[in-house]
Amino acid sequence: MTTFNDSEPTVAQERETSQGRIFTVQGNDWDELLHDLSSTPAQERIVVNMGPQHPSTHGVLRLILELDGETVTQARCGIGYLHTGIEKNMEFRTWTQGVTFVTRMDYLSPFFNETAYCLGVEKLLGITDQIPERANVIRVMMMELNRISSHLVCLATGGMELGALTAMTFGFRERELVLDVFEMITGLRMNHAFIRPGGLAQDLPEGAEKKVQELLDILPGRLKDTADLLVDNTIWKGRTVGVGTLDLAGCMALGITGPILRSTGLPHDLRKSQPYCGYETYEFDVPVQTSSDAYGRFLIRIAEMFESMKIVQQCLDRLKPGPVMIEDKKIAWPAQLAHGADGTGNSFEHIRQIMGTSMEALIHHFKLVTEGFKVPAGQAYVAVESPRGELGVHLVSDGGTRPYRVHFRDPSFTNLQATAAMCEGAQIADVVAAVASIDPVMGGVDR
Amino acid sequence: MNGDTSGYGGLVVRNDPIAASQRPFGGAFDSIADAIEAALPNHAQVITGVVIDRDQMIVQVQRDRLLEFVRVLRDDPALRFEVCLGVSGVHFPEQEGAELHAHYPFLSITHNRRVFVEVTAPDADPVIDSITSVYPTNDWHERETYDFFGIIFSGHPYLTRIQMPDDWSGHPQRKDYPLGGIPVEFKGAQIDPPDQRRSYNK
Repeated sequence: MTTFNDSEPTVAQERETSQGRIFTVQGNDWDELLHDLSSTPAQERIVVNMGPQHPSTHGVLRLILELDGETVTQARCGIGYLHTGIEKNMEFRTWTQGVTFVTRMDYLSPFFNETAYCLGVEKLLGITDQIPERANVIRVMMMELNRISSHLVCLATGGMELGALTAMTFGFRERELVLDVFEMITGLRMNHAFIRPGGLAQDLPEGAEKKVQELLDILPGRLKDTADLLVDNTIWKGRTVGVGTLDLAGCMALGITGPILRSTGLPHDLRKSQPYCGYETYEFDVPVQTSSDAYGRFLIRIAEMFESMKIVQQCLDRLKPGPVMIEDKKIAWPAQLAHGADGTGNSFEHIRQIMGTSMEALIHHFKLVTEGFKVPAGQAYVAVESPRGELGVHLVSDGGTRPYRVHFRDPSFTNLQATAAMCEGAQIADVVAAVASIDPVMGGVDR
Repeated sequence: MNGDTSGYGGLVVRNDPIAASQRPFGGAFDSIADAIEAALPNHAQVITGVVIDRDQMIVQVQRDRLLEFVRVLRDDPALRFEVCLGVSGVHFPEQEGAELHAHYPFLSITHNRRVFVEVTAPDADPVIDSITSVYPTNDWHERETYDFFGIIFSGHPYLTRIQMPDDWSGHPQRKDYPLGGIPVEFKGAQIDPPDQRRSYNK
């Protein structure tokens, strides 16, 4: 037995514990491990602890795999490594400040988190019908651009995990184009806090529509290049066709939604079945596959990106000048933000008004910004179709200026439960493909 | 201050939500109620109330009859709520005897509608039947609600903490969970825990 030795970090290390022998594998040392194991009696089972810091576990997911040879006999997930107490934190901030928290949950689809939360607050307030048309169109546009960027990351990291490194570089390169648009419109590439209860934080800056149009001109060709790399790629198909299968009954039992559900042939999409933000007025299709496997989910994501571009184009066509925040001054953020020499802040006109001309406006601004608005007591559950499935938010108000309870039903959290059903009985190499096809984002899983 | 570390503890406003609704509920809710009554002959003992609020139907169910009720929700052809979207706990320390609420959203893809089920349990006996035997998806959701609220879902196959470390004590999203108490250290200087700072102690 070799002893634990820090000076040789690349050698498979081994130590005896009360649970049996434990090896720490660090890469480039698989042969050595197999050599050490050759003396082990054949009936002994191997438990592989994969992650939470493993490049192919999509963030800090811990997989505990029990192996018989190369076959996975049991797969378990360990989560909670990214738990940040967002739901608890929100109980101590105003309803508007909550947006800043939720945008950080599923960090690849911030606009969906923000929209779901804001739709929930608006439902509690009973102002769903009063959201200005322009705000809704911009919300839809941002969400659909976000769907593209999120699916691109899924494709990129999924490709990388299966060894398709060009797909990774292509995916991240294209995503960068989308993030440039986000940066121009919201000021941030991620964690935007752009969608607010009642509307949006600010209107589109000058030139934004042109920039989105440019993106729409470039993207189809780029996406086709990325798709062409993989769609008919023999190795890619070899790694994904028939891998990670989960049929419709399994999806229903496990509460799976999103591309995984649609890969079983059921065209369930909340944008069609229970539309919000005016989705019923847009023309788009819900891509479906019937293979129930990782390859089908991959094809669905590719197709969804093209559908999203159709929606974004329709948004651009119907963008008309108008307000982006609700008219009700008891809810609407008092100032439209503006870019100044020292960054984004309250507009100069607004400061001049509250500081120089109207004491009441100053009081109103102060009350609304520090204390916030009151939300009538009650509870609401609202769901949107995020890139990963049904993103639900359960909000409880006690009539105060802060949420009494916020709970997010994150699709990654629920879908990750399918890991065991998809992986058990398959090869260990397929675990990576199956988890990649679930596309979990640990920020959303752990919140 | 009750553990409030935000500094806005003095601004709490409380009022009560709608307690109960009467027939007719309006919209599709009456047809859901009819289907439930037809499928459950003893519905009067199972259902304690119905709340129609903001275009949502919340059915309040006796906690020892929950399993029976959700089985009907899933299996009855007129109801067919195929998907359960988890469970969300809420803690109301001032509602004596019903401090813990569990809120279950259900979705029927067949009929394209939603219904919500609410069950309460007292702090003294925080036990609610697990519905994982009917809706396996609630496995992790019930573990999460146990982790954060201490609701014990009896019949769950493996009710352990899921987000907090295994050796954590207490259930952090309960309203009586103590906050603060940990000083902040930054570059050698020590700042009092938020709840002990003078400015927050009125």
